Amino acid sequence: MKFSYYPGCTLKNKAKDLDRYARACAAALGIELIEPDDWQCCGGVYPLGKDEIAPKLAAVRVLADAAEQGNQLVTVCSACHHVLKRVNDDMKNDADTRERANRYMDLQRPYTGQTGVLHLLEVLRDRVGFDTLKEKVVNPLTGKKIGAYYGCLLLRPGDVMTLDDPENPRVMEDLIRALGAEPVVYPYRNECCGGYVSLGDKELTGRMCDRILESAVGFGAQMLLTACPLCMYNLRAHSDLPVYYFTELLAEALGVKEAAQ
Amino acid sequence: MSELTERIMEISGADPRKCMKCGKCTAACPVAGEMDIKPHQFASCLAKGQSDLLLSSNTLHKCLSCFACVERCPRDVRPGRLIDAVRQCVVRARGQAFLTPEEIPELLDDELPQQLLVSAFRRYRR
Repeated sequence: MKFSYYPGCTLKNKAKDLDRYARACAAALGIELIEPDDWQCCGGVYPLGKDEIAPKLAAVRVLADAAEQGNQLVTVCSACHHVLKRVNDDMKNDADTRERANRYMDLQRPYTGQTGVLHLLEVLRDRVGFDTLKEKVVNPLTGKKIGAYYGCLLLRPGDVMTLDDPENPRVMEDLIRALGAEPVVYPYRNECCGGYVSLGDKELTGRMCDRILESAVGFGAQMLLTACPLCMYNLRAHSDLPVYYFTELLAEALGVKEAAQ
Repeated sequence: MSELTERIMEISGADPRKCMKCGKCTAACPVAGEMDIKPHQFASCLAKGQSDLLLSSNTLHKCLSCFACVERCPRDVRPGRLIDAVRQCVVRARGQAFLTPEEIPELLDDELPQQLLVSAFRRYRR
């Protein structure tokens, strides 16, 4: 199993753990992740304006590169995945964006959204399969009660992201189960953490995270799982409840955590 | 329809006139309590041609584009896109950026992820 792999800016810096555990787990599962040479930062947020082209070009470049390699494109950061997936949808379904981006970039071959964009969670669910994953677990996380925190970026808008049911997702709960732990389903798991607003208004993101954390703890979670460095930053700023990247617990269960460090 | 309203509809690709005022967007919004003009009022102002009122609303910088409103809107009005389009009309104008590079050093801490800064710059200035 071979994929192009887009780590993104934060995974090269503050979220190195998210990246290194993802790579170790992929190797343990027989997945080859190939990082393109010259990727650029995706911009962190999807440009919502219909007339915006320039902020989408970094995403188009890496999508087109994957197409040239004949690979699907895998990400682990929720924000990168969100941007790449939505820009790809524009390249496929919005003629104006497609024509303007192609005219601007002068690619070898026109890019028309043909690259499949997958989050690593989707690879684990749909390509590896949680049953197979379960068989590969050497250190089951038995007895741990883990709350999945999805946030907004992985799930919405549901018709474009198509990762899971945006109102009642289960992919991370199924992952937690495959790792031998007990998933804790709580109502605020797909509520926004406040995102980049914490730069200037920590009180607001504090209130938002408190709601999420109270909800998780109230339903019995001993720890939270996330795929997003910004969610982790915001949640950790407001609680002592441990928050892990899903790749870290996956690496632990697969027995490759120490080697990855 | 005013030129500004037309521009907002063009940038957002959304049509506020489809709103049936059910209020689901505001009910779904995690920061509606902080907003001086709530998501459903935003759509309503635009539909009534009162787009000027929105330019100075704090909603522009409270909205997180988390898309809870967009997901739950039964009429595909996409309030999150409308709010972003108004915000863009403001920040695209020279001198209207909500964040300047000079402010950054004071706001940093050791744990702050790069993703936060690139996201904030994308949203708060042009």
